[in-house]
Amino acid sequence: MDERVQKRLEALKKDAAAGGYKLNPDEGFVADLAEGLVTNADRYGLEICPCRLIDGAPEENMDIVCPCVYRDDDLAEYGACFCALYVADGVPTKQVPERRPPREARKAVTEKTEPSGAPAAALKYPVYRCTVCGYLCANTNPPRVCPICKAKAERFERFM
Amino acid sequence: MAQFIEIDGRDIGEIRIYALSTCGWCKKTKNFFNENKIKYAYIDVDRLDPNETEPVRKEQLKHNPAGSFPTIVVDGAAIIGYDEEKLAELVRR
Repeated sequence: MDERVQKRLEALKKDAAAGGYKLNPDEGFVADLAEGLVTNADRYGLEICPCRLIDGAPEENMDIVCPCVYRDDDLAEYGACFCALYVADGVPTKQVPERRPPREARKAVTEKTEPSGAPAAALKYPVYRCTVCGYLCANTNPPRVCPICKAKAERFERFM
Repeated sequence: MAQFIEIDGRDIGEIRIYALSTCGWCKKTKNFFNENKIKYAYIDVDRLDPNETEPVRKEQLKHNPAGSFPTIVVDGAAIIGYDEEKLAELVRR
């Protein structure tokens, strides 16, 4: 296995364990997905989901950067994420349906929400929300990496 | 026009797979047909030249409006996503 893929695979395992997530027990399957992530990072500068095709400019596809914003809902409803890197339990034998809305309907998911009517001015610090796992933090800036799901700072949105 | 890659085997109908080279489910789908020695054709849409992508995507979207991968088209009818049960049913025919 390529050294970069090996490294990415180890980081995936470590981050999943730290965040309380489970990787697919099919190690060959997971190794292929790690390779797909490395390939997509080279192609697009973003670790786009290996089972999805980028649509438009890379920045319009932040919702499908792994871990995608649909992962937790898919884990809760179907027991696996779309590409089946993450599972609730066991090796899935059926792919989950695509939760990502078509392009026109996607704005609601990909556009950062504006804090609505929240008493932001009264807060000592702004509140940032991780779009991947929902983690909230009140600080001047979002963390560099989400302490729960390891998503990077650019996946955070202003919440309050 | 981009070409599908044809894999020889038992002919159970026209099977065309819209796939991604990076996708684990797409690989599983191809492996399933390989192991069962079924004739099929596939195209890795992520490996196409940008000017080739659009017409192939259009064709795929006709069968599967969500445009998800893999899209498995069997004699014009789509199986959307890898589904072991549905594929097993297919090779029994």
